[in-house]
Amino acid sequence: MAEIVLDKVTKRYPDGALAVSEVDIRIADGEFVILVGPSGCGKSTTLNMIAGLEDITEGELRIDGERVNERAPKDRDIAMVFQSYALYPHMSVRENMAFPLRLAKVDKETVRQKVEEAARILDLTQHLDRKPGNLSGGQRQRVAMGRAIVRDPKAFLMDEPLSNLDAKLRVQMRTSVAKLQKRLGTTTVYVTHDQTEAMTLGDRVVVMRGGLVQQIGSPQSLYEQPANLFVAGFIGSPSMNFLPATLADGHLHTPLGDFPLTDRVRRLAETANAPRELIMGLRPEHFEDAGLLDDAEKARGGTFTASVDVLESMGSDKYAYFTVEGETATSAELEELAAESGSTEMTDNGSQVVTRLSAASGARIGSDLTVWFDPDKIHLFDPQDGRTLTYSS
Amino acid sequence: MSEAVDTPRAAVKGASDGKKAERRLAFWLCAPAALVMLAVTGYPIIYSIWLSLQRYDLRFPSQHEFVGLDNYITVLTNSYWWTAFGVTAFITIVSVVIELVLGMALALIMHRTLVARGLIRTVALIPYGIVTVVAAFSWRYAWDANTGYLSQLFDPDGAPLTQRASALTIIIAAEVWKTVPFMALLLMAGLALVPEDLLKAASMDGATAWQRFTKVMLPVMKPAILVALLFRTLDAFRVFDNIFVLTSGAQETGSVSMQTYNNLIKGLNLGIGSTMSVLIFLAVALIAFIFVKVFGAAAPGNSDNGRR
Repeated sequence: MAEIVLDKVTKRYPDGALAVSEVDIRIADGEFVILVGPSGCGKSTTLNMIAGLEDITEGELRIDGERVNERAPKDRDIAMVFQSYALYPHMSVRENMAFPLRLAKVDKETVRQKVEEAARILDLTQHLDRKPGNLSGGQRQRVAMGRAIVRDPKAFLMDEPLSNLDAKLRVQMRTSVAKLQKRLGTTTVYVTHDQTEAMTLGDRVVVMRGGLVQQIGSPQSLYEQPANLFVAGFIGSPSMNFLPATLADGHLHTPLGDFPLTDRVRRLAETANAPRELIMGLRPEHFEDAGLLDDAEKARGGTFTASVDVLESMGSDKYAYFTVEGETATSAELEELAAESGSTEMTDNGSQVVTRLSAASGARIGSDLTVWFDPDKIHLFDPQDGRTLTYSS
Repeated sequence: MSEAVDTPRAAVKGASDGKKAERRLAFWLCAPAALVMLAVTGYPIIYSIWLSLQRYDLRFPSQHEFVGLDNYITVLTNSYWWTAFGVTAFITIVSVVIELVLGMALALIMHRTLVARGLIRTVALIPYGIVTVVAAFSWRYAWDANTGYLSQLFDPDGAPLTQRASALTIIIAAEVWKTVPFMALLLMAGLALVPEDLLKAASMDGATAWQRFTKVMLPVMKPAILVALLFRTLDAFRVFDNIFVLTSGAQETGSVSMQTYNNLIKGLNLGIGSTMSVLIFLAVALIAFIFVKVFGAAAPGNSDNGRR
C-alpha cells in the first residue's frame, strides 16, 4: 500500500510528440483513481510510466515519498492487469498466479497458501490446474486479477481490464473489481475510456485529453461542476446538450428561446467576466414535459415547443430527441467529442437536444411537444477556450 | 460468473448428404496432387528399396541377383559406414546446437532493431542466399594451405583441410555460417508469436531480462524452436555439399551421404548405394519421429496450448 505522487510528469517521444504533459496527481494510500479520456489522450502512457514500462521524460514519480523514476518495473513492487490479460499460455492458472511469488523466491508452502487464498477470493479454485487457453474471458480476467493480488503489492495498475468482456459480464466484473479493491484497500490506478466505468468505480476520476489533465475530482463533482466543455461533454450519458447562446442585458438568447439568467448564474457569469457569445450546456434530466407541471413551476423556467424526432422509452423515463432551429454550437472540444463518440448525425439545420422526461409524458414521435427546462441548471462556457463560466473550481 | 463451455467438436458421423458430397469433392480435388506426389517421391523410394535387396554392381552386371537383406548386413557390419555415421552425427549435433544459439541471438537482434530493420535482415540473409557449393568453394579457398587468407591467419604452417579435427571444424563452421540466417528467420517468426504484453507482464511480476527470456519467451515460442530444430537436424544429417567440396571425405571426414555417393555414383554399386540411401531415409524418419513424439513438435498452427 502506498501513496503515489506524479509531479509534473511529462512524456515526450524521441520524434518530439508530446504524449503526456505535466501531469500532477497525488494518489492517496488506498485510493481508487480512474484515468479516463478518449483514445490517444495519454492515459495509458501515464499508467505505463507509473509501472515503469515507459521512461519519464520530465518530472518526478514518487511512491511513498521515494523517487522511483529510474527504477525498473520489477523493483517498484506494483502489479498490473493488462487489457489482454497477458496470461502465460504455457502455465496453468496456479502457475500463472504463483509466477510473481516464485520470482520473489517465496517458499513453496507460502506460495501454495497465497495462490489458494486468491483463487478462493476470485472463485477460481476449481480451475487452478487448467491452462488459460481453456478458460472463458471472464475467468481469464479473474486469473489476471489473481496474479496481481497474490503478492500483495504496493499498488495495482489496471489498463482497461474489462474492455475485452461482453457488456453483461463487464457490469458484473465492475462490481467485483470495486468490491475487491475496497476489501484489499490497495492503492489502485485504473485506466478506461468508458466514462460509465469511471463514474461508477472510482473514488476520484482524472479526465485527460491530448496529454493534459482536464479535471480531477469525485465522479459527482465532475458531473455537477465540469471545469470545461470537454469534461461536460465527456461525463454523463446521454451527454450534455450544447447550444449557442448570446448574453445581453442579463438575458440569454438561445435556440430554445430567450430567458433571463437566474441570480445564481448571473453572479457567477459576472465574476467570470463572461463574453457576449457563449455556449450553453444543459443536461437531459433538466428538461421536463411542460404538460406535467403546474403553472407556478412552469413560470420558473423556460419552455420551447418542437416536434419529437426520436422517442426512447426506458420504462422509468422517456428520452425524447428534438431538433431545434438555428446555429449549432461549435468549438474544438465539441468536435473532438463528436469524433470520439462517432456521432455523424450532425443535422444541417439546427442542433439536436436530448431530453429526459417522466414516464408519464405523452410525447409521441412526429408530434409537437412543449418542453420545460430549468434555467438555474444551465452551464455556460467560453467558446474560445472551453472554460466554464458558471462554476468556480 | 460464467463458466467455460468445452464444446465438443460436432460428430462427423451423422454428416448430411451435402457434407458427404463435399467430402467426395475434396477427395477428387486432392487426388491429382496426391498422384503426382506418389509418382515423384513414392516411386523412387519404393524403387530404391527394391534395389537395396539385390546384388547389383554395374561393373559386374552378370552377378545381378536378389539377395534379400544381405546388403544391409554388409553395410551395417562395415566400419566405414559407422565412421561416416559418427561423423554425420557429430556434425549434426554440434552444428545444430551452435546454429540454435547463434540463430536465437541473431533473431533477437533483428527483432529488436529499430533502425534499418529491412537492411539488417537482408544483410543477415546473404549467406543463405548463396548456393551451398559456391559458398563451400569460397571456404575451401579461404582455408587453402598455400593461398587461403584464413589458413594464413590461423595456421600459417599447416594445411587445416588435411587434418581431421580442423577439417571437421571448418566443415561445421561452413554449415553454421550458411544456415544461421535460416534458423534466425524461423526463430524470428516464433518471436513474433510472443505478445509484447506478456513480456511487460513478466517484468511487472518481477522477472529479470534473463528470466523473461527463459521463463516466458522460450516456452511460448517452443513450437517454433522445435520446428526450426527439426528442419535443421534433418538437413544437417544429410550434409553433403560442404564435405564434397572441402575435403571430398578425406581423413574420415565423409558423412553418410558421402559414403552413399561414393558407392552409388563413383562405385556404380546400385545395391549397396541404395541400401545406404534407405538407411539414411530411415535415420531421418527416426529423427522426425523422435521430434514429433518425444519433444512434441507440431506443425505450426497445430499447437494444443490454445490461445492466450
